[in-house]
Amino acid sequence: MSTEATGAYRAHDQASRHDPVYDELHDSADFIELRRRFRVFAFPATLAFLSWYLLYVVMSNWADGFMSKQVVGHINVALVFGLLQFASTFVLAWLYSRYMNRNVDQLARDIELRFNNESNGGVGR
Amino acid sequence: MSSETLATILFIIVVGITVAITFWASRQNKSAADYYAGGRSFSGFQNGLAISGDYMSAASFLGISGLIALAGYDGFLYSIGFLVAWLVALLLVAELLRNSGRFTMADQLAFRMKQRPVRTAAATSTVVVSIFYLLAQMVGAGALVTLLLGVEGDFAKRLTIVLVGALMVFYVTVGGMRGTTWVQIVKAVLLIGGTILITVLVLAKFDFNLSTLLGAAADNSGKGEAFLQPGLKYGATTTSQIDFLSLGLALVLGTAGLPHILIRFYTVPTAKDARTSVNWAIGIIGAFYLMSLVLGFGAAALLDTGPGSKVAATTGNLASPLLAQEVGGGDGTTGGAILLAFISAVAFATILAVVAGLTLTSASSVAHDLYATVWKRGQATEKDEVKVARIAAFVIGGIAIALAIPAQKLNIAFLVALAFAVAASANLPSLIYNLFWRQFNTRGAVWAIYGGLITCVGLVFFSPVVSGPETGTALFADHDWSWFPLSNPGIISIPAGFLFGWLGTVTSKEPETAERYTELEVRALTGAGMERAVHH
Repeated sequence: MSTEATGAYRAHDQASRHDPVYDELHDSADFIELRRRFRVFAFPATLAFLSWYLLYVVMSNWADGFMSKQVVGHINVALVFGLLQFASTFVLAWLYSRYMNRNVDQLARDIELRFNNESNGGVGR
Repeated sequence: MSSETLATILFIIVVGITVAITFWASRQNKSAADYYAGGRSFSGFQNGLAISGDYMSAASFLGISGLIALAGYDGFLYSIGFLVAWLVALLLVAELLRNSGRFTMADQLAFRMKQRPVRTAAATSTVVVSIFYLLAQMVGAGALVTLLLGVEGDFAKRLTIVLVGALMVFYVTVGGMRGTTWVQIVKAVLLIGGTILITVLVLAKFDFNLSTLLGAAADNSGKGEAFLQPGLKYGATTTSQIDFLSLGLALVLGTAGLPHILIRFYTVPTAKDARTSVNWAIGIIGAFYLMSLVLGFGAAALLDTGPGSKVAATTGNLASPLLAQEVGGGDGTTGGAILLAFISAVAFATILAVVAGLTLTSASSVAHDLYATVWKRGQATEKDEVKVARIAAFVIGGIAIALAIPAQKLNIAFLVALAFAVAASANLPSLIYNLFWRQFNTRGAVWAIYGGLITCVGLVFFSPVVSGPETGTALFADHDWSWFPLSNPGIISIPAGFLFGWLGTVTSKEPETAERYTELEVRALTGAGMERAVHH
């Protein structure tokens, strides 16, 4: 079955409210905990990688002396710093996925299940 | 066999494969969800490959290596910014968007705003970003063909641009999202394969010693160690340093606002698959950019990049294909001819896949946002909507062709950076506010989009890139109306987008949008009530 057609937005100026179950779920302890767990990782992590990246850009601009120091042969600090940006991106993506897998996904599934049960199996949206 | 004949044959094979995929995919398209979102049935890994195929455009393959070849280390910023940007998409946008949208970027805003104004605004910025991005790809296509066929005339370039335009309209009108996705998957595999091959051949010339390669690049560039240090291109004056910072901001914040990337998250069944696809994309794209570093410095070490050389004359856009020719044995050898033809065909496939994705995105937005909701007020049938999407693809293709012809002189990576700046200024503020700010409302969204868009495009128009003799490659070099000193507007226009969004929100009252935020928040975080995959 395709649910696409039933989910179509109506022609109202504003999307219609779909289901009062959402209000109930929004106030549930499970949801509040889910949101907290998501934000407690995502927000500080975003702040951290953006600062780390901007530090790199600023240093490239205004710390010539330091960035030009040679580490091994022709490989200088600037290149190592750039490669570290790659490494930190890979690591953070992995950490985030592991965190979400362990702490958030199950909770989200539970709430979705509850939604499906309480909203006539999802038809009432 | 000459390099030209070989290249022509390979080009035809590439086109043949993609056309076959498109016909095959078109048979499976039944509903609007099939056309716009590939039935939401791609796996995380498949979508990760397709995202990579969508993202590693001519800018990445031809532009970045070219910038590194000419400007040394400063070109590296592009790869880093383009990659780190994925974390914004991964942590803040991908999963939440998958849960709360349907087909276009605007769906997510329309979830709680007044439909017509926000859809009009979002469709406008979608089309503008996509056209900037399209221009870059078309410029790349023109440059490639000039190189391969050895024709200097403008006619050949224009003919190529028209042919690429015709092909992209074909992919999109016939294959829809499913066809486009498969074209991107095939292209991603080809591109990674080709890049690995050239990287290994370059490294082999330097006994797999990165330091030796860098040393040779520094020597051959004629600029010495400065070539390996930051500042060669952007370090000269305070203005150019701020330009660099501005570029850095646009790169890192642009990705999560690119409409053609955002709609890829709708092609998977769940938010978790969206996460998996971004993880694959980060791995593939990261590996690719690491290799493009080798390509760029390799080109600097092995090719003539001085004034008057082929590399310099095309602002670096041809560094990778010429490098392939060099490591294959050089000009006039069979090995060189084969590799040049192969890499050019890969670059051509790259361009075709990316233009298809971009055209599909803008056509979807025109049909789904403007036609179905704004014009027909939701009364259009799915069939009509898809028909309009196909017509829109023709129109957008035409516009892109017309604009690409005068843009030939610009570096591709630079053109794409402009698209990123527009995306970061016009789209990202409203997306982030909408997902995380309860009070955000219709006026805020509309002001954020138009404010960011107009500031960004306006500053580019008054920059030295468009007019004046300063850069030497301005579109109107004979006239000078530039007063904005930077080539990259992001440092002003991105905060402007956020500021306009905030200002619009606090100056209007709309309690309904805050109320509906409750629902958006639950749905975005849990997937409750989201759009499901289509089962045939």
